[in-house]
Amino acid sequence: MKEIDYSKYVKQLIDGKLLQVKTRVNNKSHIKVDQEVCRGCVEKICVFACPAGCYQVVVGVLKFSHDGCLECGTCQVVCARGAVKWGYPQGGFGINYRFS
Amino acid sequence: MLKGDVVIVGAGPAGTAAAYVLAREGAQVYLLERGRQPGNKNLFGGAFYCQEFAELIPDFLDEAPIERIITKRTLTVLGERNWVDYELNSTNFANQPYNAVTVLRPKFDAWFAKKACQQGACLLNNTVAVDLLWENGKVVGVETDRPDGKIYADVVIGADGATSLMARQGGLANPKAHQYMALGIKQVFYLQEEEINKRFRLTPGEGLAREFLGGLPVIGGGFLYTNKSSLSVGVVIQLESLQDKMVQVVEVMEDFCRNPAIKELVAGSIPVEYGAHLIPEGGYHLLPKLYTDGMLLVGDAAGLVLATGFTFEGMNYAITSGIMAAKAILKASRNKDYSASSLKEYKSLLEESYVLPNFRKCRHIPELLANHRVHFAYPEILTKLAENNFKSDAKVRQALLGQINRELTGKVGKKVVLVDLYKAWRFL
Repeated sequence: MKEIDYSKYVKQLIDGKLLQVKTRVNNKSHIKVDQEVCRGCVEKICVFACPAGCYQVVVGVLKFSHDGCLECGTCQVVCARGAVKWGYPQGGFGINYRFS
Repeated sequence: MLKGDVVIVGAGPAGTAAAYVLAREGAQVYLLERGRQPGNKNLFGGAFYCQEFAELIPDFLDEAPIERIITKRTLTVLGERNWVDYELNSTNFANQPYNAVTVLRPKFDAWFAKKACQQGACLLNNTVAVDLLWENGKVVGVETDRPDGKIYADVVIGADGATSLMARQGGLANPKAHQYMALGIKQVFYLQEEEINKRFRLTPGEGLAREFLGGLPVIGGGFLYTNKSSLSVGVVIQLESLQDKMVQVVEVMEDFCRNPAIKELVAGSIPVEYGAHLIPEGGYHLLPKLYTDGMLLVGDAAGLVLATGFTFEGMNYAITSGIMAAKAILKASRNKDYSASSLKEYKSLLEESYVLPNFRKCRHIPELLANHRVHFAYPEILTKLAENNFKSDAKVRQALLGQINRELTGKVGKKVVLVDLYKAWRFL
């Protein structure tokens, strides 16, 4: 399986940007990713499509973290294998735009 | 558990417009918002084409939080180390009724929702509608994530945006809509008001809306809007094109901001907010079903974003659809009939207004904008031609057609260009 190089540069870019977003993180993740399905996925387009870098490949395994999620819905659109069970965070949690 | 006449899922412009009209006519309306306040979960470029809005709230300009009145529109074609601008400056646009203004959604949406509450709508923040409630195949309300959180109503309006869970649960969503779903990524930069006036050559209070074509590794475009003391800058990426060119979207955004054409515009500014949001760009052919027994869809949830390539119109269509939905429901309530055949009135009202006719007229645009030549080959050729025609380099001048021929050779077949021109002409 192709190892996707999640370069340090892109990670730095995203972290810097996510610091600008006011958010209230809920312990419970509002998005569930089916790892069984991800194991068979080569393209891992989620890694490229997520504007918050929530999807990363670490030692060949897909890792998802909902912390910085911008709740855009991109992942459920691009995942052709149906691995993403998408929903909204609990009311009042998640991102809180000030200027958008 | 609550019971009302109408429950509206989403307090964005579409949901709030519906709530405003319904409450004004005496309906008991629950307006649900999953954010702390309306607007906190919303994001757009953007420009608000506000002429129709004045019909709903005539003196909105006196009290609504408006950023700038758009009098300058630019289309920039980005090439290799050069770019070509096509710019309109209109003093006409500076007079009322204003064609378009820039707003910041957390401010505007919150203000608009307050107006709906003044009419009598009940706004419930921090509330997510997680499920529809059904009875005998008809929608009868929503289940929310609040304790004992069921809300029963005669009609549910799905106003929950591009990702609409309500549309999916109502069986209304168009499964093909993903084909033309776009991701908008936005960065807001703080820049002093006077500096914005100076840098963009604007009269105080007036603003710029600028679109960029070309210059991205994927199919999409860039944008820049001026707010009072900030700039809204970003890219819109067609998600399908990521399948061909796997590049991290944040890198696309960053490279765009570093393009010389944009870099000079944001120099000295401070990045203050970052965000992303989906845009349904499928247009007429990819609209969902707009109604069913006990339920309607409005705004982005109804796919009502008109992306013409020159302009993105979402808020105005959202508001008009919300008003039409309210009117249809008020008519349905007179006969106490909220079935699909009764709520069909909503679609009829959209047909009679500018909404569906415009979507039908522009139905070929998504296909045109998905053409990779429009984003790669043509911008490159256009900018090269422009540069050639301003060059004088002691060589024999070549006629324009000859130059075009030379640029196309080896890159794009002439027949292909003619087909593209024909497709574009269909729209014009």
